[in-house]
Amino acid sequence: MHNQIFENYQENDRSSLIPLLQDIQSIYGYLPENALRDISDFVQVPLSRVYGVATFYNQFRLIPLGENVIRVCRGTACHVKNSANILYALETELGIKAGQTTRDKKFTLEVVNCIGACSIAPVILVNEDYHGRISVKDIPKILKKYQTAKKIEKAEEVV
Amino acid sequence: MKDFNQLCCEKCWHTTDKPCEHFIQCCTEGPLCHHDEKCEHEITSLRKRLKYEEHDHPIIMIGMGTCGLASGAAKVKEAIEAELKKLNIEATIEGTGCIGFCAVEPIVDIKFPGKDRISYQEITVKDVPRLIKTTLVDKEVYKEKVLGSHGKSNGVISLKQVPFFEHQQKIVLANCGIVNPVSIDAYLAHGGFKAFDKVLRLMKPEEVVKEILESGLRGRGGGGFPTGKKWELAAKQKSDQKYLICNADEGDPGAFMDRSLLESDPYRVIEGMMIAAYAIGATAAYIYCRAEYPLAIERLQNSIAKCEEYGILGDNILNSGFSLHIKIKKGAGAFVCGEETALIGSIEGKRGMPKPRPPYPVASGLFGKPTVINNVETYANVPPIIMMGAQQFAKIGTAKSKGTKVFALSGNIKNTGLVEVPMGVTLRDVVFKIGGGIPEKKEFKAVQIGGPSGGCLPESVIDTPVDYESLKEVGAMMGSGGFVVMDEETCMVDVAKYFLTFIQEESCGKCVPCREGTKRMLEIIERIPKRYGSDGSKLDQLQRFKGMIHLQRLADVIRDTSLCGLGQSAPNPVLSGLRYFRHEYEEHLYDRKCSSGVCKELLTFSINNEVCSGCGLCVKKCSVEAIVGEKGQAHYILDNKCIKCGMCYEICRLDAININ
Repeated sequence: MHNQIFENYQENDRSSLIPLLQDIQSIYGYLPENALRDISDFVQVPLSRVYGVATFYNQFRLIPLGENVIRVCRGTACHVKNSANILYALETELGIKAGQTTRDKKFTLEVVNCIGACSIAPVILVNEDYHGRISVKDIPKILKKYQTAKKIEKAEEVV
Repeated sequence: MKDFNQLCCEKCWHTTDKPCEHFIQCCTEGPLCHHDEKCEHEITSLRKRLKYEEHDHPIIMIGMGTCGLASGAAKVKEAIEAELKKLNIEATIEGTGCIGFCAVEPIVDIKFPGKDRISYQEITVKDVPRLIKTTLVDKEVYKEKVLGSHGKSNGVISLKQVPFFEHQQKIVLANCGIVNPVSIDAYLAHGGFKAFDKVLRLMKPEEVVKEILESGLRGRGGGGFPTGKKWELAAKQKSDQKYLICNADEGDPGAFMDRSLLESDPYRVIEGMMIAAYAIGATAAYIYCRAEYPLAIERLQNSIAKCEEYGILGDNILNSGFSLHIKIKKGAGAFVCGEETALIGSIEGKRGMPKPRPPYPVASGLFGKPTVINNVETYANVPPIIMMGAQQFAKIGTAKSKGTKVFALSGNIKNTGLVEVPMGVTLRDVVFKIGGGIPEKKEFKAVQIGGPSGGCLPESVIDTPVDYESLKEVGAMMGSGGFVVMDEETCMVDVAKYFLTFIQEESCGKCVPCREGTKRMLEIIERIPKRYGSDGSKLDQLQRFKGMIHLQRLADVIRDTSLCGLGQSAPNPVLSGLRYFRHEYEEHLYDRKCSSGVCKELLTFSINNEVCSGCGLCVKKCSVEAIVGEKGQAHYILDNKCIKCGMCYEICRLDAININ
């Protein structure tokens, strides 16, 4: 599957390492180990270095995501507008900590530094949808909307 | 003619294989090479249509930047389309960028043939039928939602008189929200690429560098290094290959100028890069953009493809012999990659870790070749400088800081959004005149400028003018332009803790002072609002005081010995806090109180038994089972179990929770 991606890149070119990782992640939603090995062979960089890059950047993850990804913005403007409480409420509501996925694989909760929508702080991003100017009271409603939503493509199905 | 890439007649021969050096001039002023009334009419009418000066149907323009979309602009667009279909009205719908006034998004503009363009604010799906009926059917102004008129004020307030816009001077943001950001033709019709055309045909690279030097333009990414100087150094380097990089890795939390600029006027940034590449002799350029900005990346990709299609980018541009290729590199979410050497590392496919300088990138940068890195806003300043001339540009601003600066107003302020002010305007003007002050009649406490590298400035220094030196003097820095306003309900100890947590997470870990020092600083700050010690002993109290004594010294060491800007400026939020808000630190330490009500561990929660109805909602939400009580009767909070999360306070519908 991911061999098709390699066609767009030159072999043995280290500068394509990060774009490759990004492309792989956009297919699977995370970076599977075998893909990392393939990339390492393709760009001729030791696997340890590939792993180093994959763990250095916040964007990459090595474990699969849940069906819905909730990103809580923790930028300065959101912080001033109490995004800490929003995060806490989401954590208690879902029973997980930031960075974790619920057991039923429905939700993954992530924290991002700033999504640049400071003017409508506090913001959370569920999948691709922005929810701005929210308060703790809105959270159950937002979660409910996605709980019943149709399943999005699962990583396993793509593999 | 549908677009400028179409040949007006057989006499016109511009294609990418056979470029015409007068192509841009022809689009903006043409036709030049032949006088044919038909061609002249076609090109002029296309220009007028693109500038919305000549059209048959009404045009509806919707702000479709991230802020607009986040406020529901896409749904409003759908609703408008449906409504138009229902009423069988013919109108053109166009998506524009962000006009800057994010607080009142979604903004919808309506322009009738031969009339002024009028902006309407806060248009929700519910307002759409009335908006369409009043404006398009009854042909009147929808007074309840009107924001202002783009032209003269014929019964409607002119946008220039709206307080938010009145004190601004738009140079960089001139096109934002006005021009369709997707269309290269619209950009050309509004005089786009004219500066590049002038440079390419009439100026030598040295002259361009001299012009920028004389304009006094300084890096808008935060450092404030003279842009002309940087270009001069790079232009002098002898190398077979030079690179140009646009730093769009806007990592500062609370800053969104670059995002908005790239979404609303991407061609302007590309034009600035083209001029810079010509000046230093670079033939390859990269735009390093955050992956968190998908719309900006999409618009950039579209713009680059369009420029290539028109022959404005690529090999032998407009038959001048100058070639330039621009590539986009997506960042992968590391704040430190905003630092130039880390950014270069990241493009090369390595971990984004800063390198010691010198050698500076102008001597040995990307792949070891001379490289110039500038910020998005810096490039966006270049075309206007070329057009208006260095002298004219240097008249704006203060003695040492020329031009304007874009700020992203956010936080506890009424008019959030993007503003552009001439350098030298005071912070007070930005907060109160443009920003409209603090909402809900609360007190102003501080303004945070410069992101995690900047500082919090209190009311006592709010008359400081906005320029690189003055801001540094009072303990903040220009930074990239994040401008977060804080009111009385913000705790400065908590803000310091927030920034240190951020820096601690984002430190790349290469040098010890930053990696370890910020961690220790964070520990000290975290200990301040802790209610009990880890074991409840007095030892912890001692640690708290000891930490405070060491804090200043630790900050100095980190600042003096860190490798890159991230570490060197990491203690700034704490230092400015200690300088201006020492009383708050002392209040936390000695009185064990947080008067802003933010540091929850220092608070006590109780339930007002006269108000509580015993609905049990808080019992359900309490994660530690600290609330007890019979259903229908007033509840109680067990203080020894309570973890002060504040959830009960947030959730209570009757406001029965008291905080002391």
